[in-house]
Amino acid sequence: MAKLTIDDLKKIKEKVHKEMSLRDGDRRVNVTVHMGTCGIASGAKEVMDTLLEEIEAAGVHDVVATTSGCMGLCSREPLVTVEALNQDPIKYEYVNPNKMRQIFKKHVLAGEIQTPFVLAKGSETIK
Amino acid sequence: MLTLADHILDITENSVRAGAKLIEISIDEDSRNDLLTIEIKDNGHGMSRDVLQKVLDPFYTTKTVRRVGLGLPLLKDAAERSGGTFLLESQENSGTTVKAIFGLRHLDRQPLGDIQNTIIILIISNSEVDFFYKHRHNDRRFGIDTREIRKEIEDIPINHPEIIKYIRGVIEEGLREIEPEA
Repeated sequence: MAKLTIDDLKKIKEKVHKEMSLRDGDRRVNVTVHMGTCGIASGAKEVMDTLLEEIEAAGVHDVVATTSGCMGLCSREPLVTVEALNQDPIKYEYVNPNKMRQIFKKHVLAGEIQTPFVLAKGSETIK
Repeated sequence: MLTLADHILDITENSVRAGAKLIEISIDEDSRNDLLTIEIKDNGHGMSRDVLQKVLDPFYTTKTVRRVGLGLPLLKDAAERSGGTFLLESQENSGTTVKAIFGLRHLDRQPLGDIQNTIIILIISNSEVDFFYKHRHNDRRFGIDTREIRKEIEDIPINHPEIIKYIRGVIEEGLREIEPEA
């Protein structure tokens, strides 16, 4: 494979610019992987890797993956929050790569909440 | 934590929470001296002398959602377990440097792990922060600086899938060239 250079970056920029003008970059779903010390130690990184692979494989542009810190429920990590536009966030507990794939395909893409893995509905409140 | 990459992912969150705009992550593998050095340097708001003395206590944390703070103590322990040392420097309003030195070939040194995806996750989830990742293996060096990428892509966000794909490719090539032994 030829070495990647700054020129490649310029080509990517032009390509992305063309695509950006064709569609509005609306965020439909936000997926947050909780990545504090506790999350990372219990496998959140593998969950995040899986999520990024799934987003790329599905070729969707309206799903945004992000991370957050610990929210104090360390014993239930890895935790993942799925927040679809105009809906209450859903928190999933004890997530692993397989559950992540299922959550992505069923909940993020098809809108079906995966009840067996759900910890709670709503946002956490920080004191 | 199973790998050193996990520690890096974890410690870097401290830098982000300290409001850092630039985080430099350097990994230095020195086979001649049998040393592996990991340094995470940020330009966040730093810590006072008082706080600096407390952060290695596992029961000290700035968070209110739980009563323990294990990130730094775990990294310190990982370094010391491999016959290495741990250094922490911080200056209020200018930044913090965390340096962990490991015995490169020590039996109890954790493997480096998946550093490529670690850097990618850091860039994706902290798109407003710049990262400079440097990796040296004896006389071979590799580095990637998001400030340089940002200059080229102008208004495209750094966490755009196409840009991330490019960054992933660059890191993959760089690592292939320096052949890390950690």
